Amino acid sequence: MPDAPAPPTLPALFLGFLSVGMFGFGGVLPWARRMVVEQRRWLTAAEFTDTLGLCQFLPGGNVMNVTIALGARFHGAIGAAVAFVGLMAGPVACVILLGVVYDRFSDLPTVRHAFAGLAAAATAMVLANALKIAAPLRSQPGGIAVALATFVAIAVLRLPLPPVLPAMVVVSTLLAWRLRR
Amino acid sequence: MSVASSLASLAAVFAQLSLLAFGGTNSVLPEMQRQVVQVHPWLTAQEFAALFALAQAAPGPNMLVVTLIGWRVAALPGALIATLGVAGPSSVLTFLAYSVWYRFRDAAWRGVVRAGLMPVTAGLVMASAALLIRTTSVDVGTAAITVVATLLCLFTRLHPLLVLAAAAALGATGLLA
Repeated sequence: MPDAPAPPTLPALFLGFLSVGMFGFGGVLPWARRMVVEQRRWLTAAEFTDTLGLCQFLPGGNVMNVTIALGARFHGAIGAAVAFVGLMAGPVACVILLGVVYDRFSDLPTVRHAFAGLAAAATAMVLANALKIAAPLRSQPGGIAVALATFVAIAVLRLPLPPVLPAMVVVSTLLAWRLRR
Repeated sequence: MSVASSLASLAAVFAQLSLLAFGGTNSVLPEMQRQVVQVHPWLTAQEFAALFALAQAAPGPNMLVVTLIGWRVAALPGALIATLGVAGPSSVLTFLAYSVWYRFRDAAWRGVVRAGLMPVTAGLVMASAALLIRTTSVDVGTAAITVVATLLCLFTRLHPLLVLAAAAALGATGLLA
């Protein structure tokens, strides 16, 4: 391992995550990894994977949590705040701009039709995301049962999430624990 | 409802969602819709789906539907409050957890809890997809777009923005409706 690079300054942290936010379409995570590990070398690949492991384990978007964790690692609470603002500033401005444009033109039939197509494709992104997450369950009957029960509770019975989530997580974790032994 | 109480409701709704969003915003879309369409009638289900689609077309993390809902309810202050609401609690938790994480890096329970969370997240994101399909597959054409776009996302390395743009262009021709 060559000499460890110096930790990024606050402006570097801000600019790094600004670039991730602005260019990360669809999945932002690959962009974050590329910026952090390959371009700026703030972390090694193994360190990044370990940080991501924590972030997947907590509520909140993975990329957002990685951003907070890295900001905190290099500059504490200030670093976390700076990295977060860097990540979100561009996307929030863009999406509000899109909202203004949409409101202005949403009455035009062509725009309405284009939007029906866009919405159908946006739905596909979530469906593909769900299928990717579910793929490793193929060989785990217990996992399939838990996923199915969660799906039915939320999508079919329309139960509120606050009681369903902890209940399912407890059942599922006990199941995983029993299988592990 | 006054602006201040709208902002307070937005903050409360999204702060709660923040702590439930294991696997990210995609896993809490049904609960989000329940809150902003039924509990607080801020939007219709169709508007919710439209804002979600719009957010997918913007760069950045896929939680921006929250920003748009806040903006729709209370303009710029609403957009900022909703965004901070959904980001805040989970970020504080991450901040606190990161410092103790390394102490438990080899603990066996970490693997067990992660294995336990995975099927739940899979079920939740699938429920989100089902919810969106119900509102966006309005006819055979839009349903076909969803199927084809899903296959493209799964089996090709096409840029997602390209898929979204192609679907919008196809929709704009009016051939679907």
